[in-house]
Amino acid sequence: MELLIAFVIAILFGIGTYLLLSRSLLRVVLGTAILSHATHLTILTMGRLKRGEAPIYVKDALLSYSDPLPQALILTAIVINFGVTAFLLVLAYRTYQELGTADLSELRGVSDE
Amino acid sequence: MSLSWAVFSPFILAIFVPLMKRYSKLHIGWLVSILPLALFIGFLSYIPKVMNGETVYHVIEWIPSLGINIAFYLDGLSLLFAMIITGIGFFVVIYSIGYLGAKENLVNFYIYILMFMGAMLGVVLSNNLIVLFVFWELTSISSFLLIGFWYHKPESKYGAQKALLITVSGGLAMLASFVLIWVVTGSFDIREIIASADLIKSSDYYLAILILFLLGAFTKSAQFPFHIWLPNAMEAPTPISAYLHSATMVKAGIYMMARSSLFLAGTPEWTYIVSLVGIFTMVYAGYMALTQTDLKAILAYSTISQLGLITTLLGFNTNLAIITAVFHLFNHASFKGSLFMVVGIVDHETGTRDIRKLGGLAKKMPITATVAGIGALAMAGIPPLNGFLSKELFFKATVSLDGIMAPWTTWFFPTMAVLGAIFTFAYSMRLFLKVFFGKPQFEKLDKKPHEAPIGLWLPAVILVSFSVIFGLFPGLIENSIVSPAASAVAGETLSVHISHWHGLNLPLLMTIIVIGVGTVLYINLAKFQQLQARLTPKISLNRIYDWSIDAIPKTGKIITDRQMTGFLRDYLVFILGYVSLSILATMFIKNTWTFTGLDLASIEIYEVLLAVLLVAGALGVLFFRTRLAAIISLGIVGFSVSLFFIFFRAPDLALTQLIVETISLALFLLAFAQLPDLKPEVKKWSEKTVNIVISVAVGVTIFLLILMANGNRYYEPISEWFIENGYALAGGTNLVNVILVDFRGFDTLGEITVLVAAALSVYALIRLRLEKRSESNE
Repeated sequence: MELLIAFVIAILFGIGTYLLLSRSLLRVVLGTAILSHATHLTILTMGRLKRGEAPIYVKDALLSYSDPLPQALILTAIVINFGVTAFLLVLAYRTYQELGTADLSELRGVSDE
Repeated sequence: MSLSWAVFSPFILAIFVPLMKRYSKLHIGWLVSILPLALFIGFLSYIPKVMNGETVYHVIEWIPSLGINIAFYLDGLSLLFAMIITGIGFFVVIYSIGYLGAKENLVNFYIYILMFMGAMLGVVLSNNLIVLFVFWELTSISSFLLIGFWYHKPESKYGAQKALLITVSGGLAMLASFVLIWVVTGSFDIREIIASADLIKSSDYYLAILILFLLGAFTKSAQFPFHIWLPNAMEAPTPISAYLHSATMVKAGIYMMARSSLFLAGTPEWTYIVSLVGIFTMVYAGYMALTQTDLKAILAYSTISQLGLITTLLGFNTNLAIITAVFHLFNHASFKGSLFMVVGIVDHETGTRDIRKLGGLAKKMPITATVAGIGALAMAGIPPLNGFLSKELFFKATVSLDGIMAPWTTWFFPTMAVLGAIFTFAYSMRLFLKVFFGKPQFEKLDKKPHEAPIGLWLPAVILVSFSVIFGLFPGLIENSIVSPAASAVAGETLSVHISHWHGLNLPLLMTIIVIGVGTVLYINLAKFQQLQARLTPKISLNRIYDWSIDAIPKTGKIITDRQMTGFLRDYLVFILGYVSLSILATMFIKNTWTFTGLDLASIEIYEVLLAVLLVAGALGVLFFRTRLAAIISLGIVGFSVSLFFIFFRAPDLALTQLIVETISLALFLLAFAQLPDLKPEVKKWSEKTVNIVISVAVGVTIFLLILMANGNRYYEPISEWFIENGYALAGGTNLVNVILVDFRGFDTLGEITVLVAAALSVYALIRLRLEKRSESNE
């Protein structure tokens, strides 16, 4: 299972990176979304997959649980990622509104001093 | 007087200099001068102790765990330097009172000079290499500030920058040698390092240590080819030139060589490198001094030449050479200090330092002329002045190399020494005779020359009187100062006896040759200068320096422009490329390609199907050309991930992901509706190839990293603790929730903060637009 997921993650990272490197602002935002999914899966895989029950504690039952710590980390990451995505989207939208382009090669900052 | 107080008191006094300016009607110099005088007397009181071979040690713990402590140590060598620093310091401060009027920025001047004094005392008293290095760099910084004292002049700025760049880069090389010494001996403590001298000399690092160390010493002491900063440093006010750039700071390199002779010297490498660089510097700088037209430039080259002489002696490292080096150090401080003051007086009273415009000043300035005469004769090595004594000893040291160095050196060094001394004789005579007895040409001067006020000539008179007193009675210092200092360098007790008459021997003959040929050279100086002008090569060290000062920022700009293109894509290519490459390279070097001990779970068929769906979704995001299709594909990815969360026993994640994914999709639709459609990108194939290579590299890196992490688990995960104690300590059954709100509550607080920040930013961005719109409507 870990091998399969690692493979999927690798593909997601590759695609995410490629989108990130593109010139279109939209693709960059899409790239970050894919990268964050890939990262979440990576953290989960690091803690190993499908070992034991879901981490809901049952009193007096000697069960083995899957690792709760990566899940807690990912939960935080998902929420933060949502905030970042929302911000990026509005930023892209505003950039287009103000500057009339969503092509990064035309968005070069200050010209040489 | 404890040693630490002696080092720190100048810094403490420097703090109060601005207050002095405010509340005292006296020239600040008078108040400042008390300190060096007090310190000088304090150091004098150590002489009896040090004569008995005792040393003083004082330590303040600083970073004991790293072996770095503020440790001060006083032996004969340190004492000699400390007395030169405070003694000359006192006279220079007194002299500066007359030299710098009330209009100058005296507060800065005296703060800098006190800072320098403290730093220099720190250098010669430190017993810890790291502490020494800090003080060492402080002297460079204060020298920089003092050379640039008249910072409105471009020459001052140029000279200050040059001095700083050269001495600080040498200082960094020296720091590297300190680190290597630490690697070899495990200590920064100079006493301990001396105890393990054999370890250093036999170590593989010895040559590296030696060269890096000497780079520091040579740059500071202006040895060829690093001497070029010293003539430009003459832009400093003359008291500073006399103090820093003749008597003290430039001798810090000499001090370091003398101090290290017990753990670095004595090897052939040391002997040849140091003595050859020294003798070449001596002859070359003497030759250069002959052509200079600026009085201070003559003295600058003369100082370089004399430092070369001392360096040569330290290179020989014989007992006689060490005694001579120490003795000449002392002599040079007295006669060169007074000569600088003379030049300052001439400059002050006539308005020029150009030797071509000066002449016949002896009648107008009899006292100054006398001082100049004695100083110049001492420098030229005329009996019975102290310069004669040390020059005789120097000659004696060069003719007693038989058996110490290779046979060719037994004629080479005496010949070079005589040549250097002839130049010294000639420029000393030129300096004295041309300025004070040459044809008077007062019409070329801006001011009408007359004798300087007592405040200017008195310090010079006192300094030069040392040349006479110790020239006539060298016995006064041979046991009290020279012998303890030389013994500290040699590591054994050396008895010193300096006398005027050694009989008719080789050194005397050499002196006679020097005076004879020197006189002929002086008389024919004009012809010699013409010859010299023809011989001067087109490529000079200064041109190389100027060229590199110009070229370094230019090259830097070219490299920066390559890298800082202003395009997001280029930055990412650099960052991601570097990260992937370094991780992959490390894996390759450490040979972690084989993945054994993989701990894998079983695979169900529906999981494979879901994985295919996920990848298909991601590919869709990549290839679809319409906004809507791309967003839907992204949704497929997100929802597949939440399904995986369910398979992987993470119900909380799945729930959260479902909600967030739904809202995100809505947001994407909302935002993308306002944005232009995804056009196929027009790209150069090279750019595209690079992008593909980087993306693949990142994917491969991550893949390998995951497998490595899976196969190697060195520690028990801390999760076990959460599982065991979650319910007992926090009373919650949902372990993920317990971790989030109880154990890692602050993380969650941070998370909320990020959300709030994002929300505020989004609000601000939209609001900005609305405000603009309403403005334009009005």
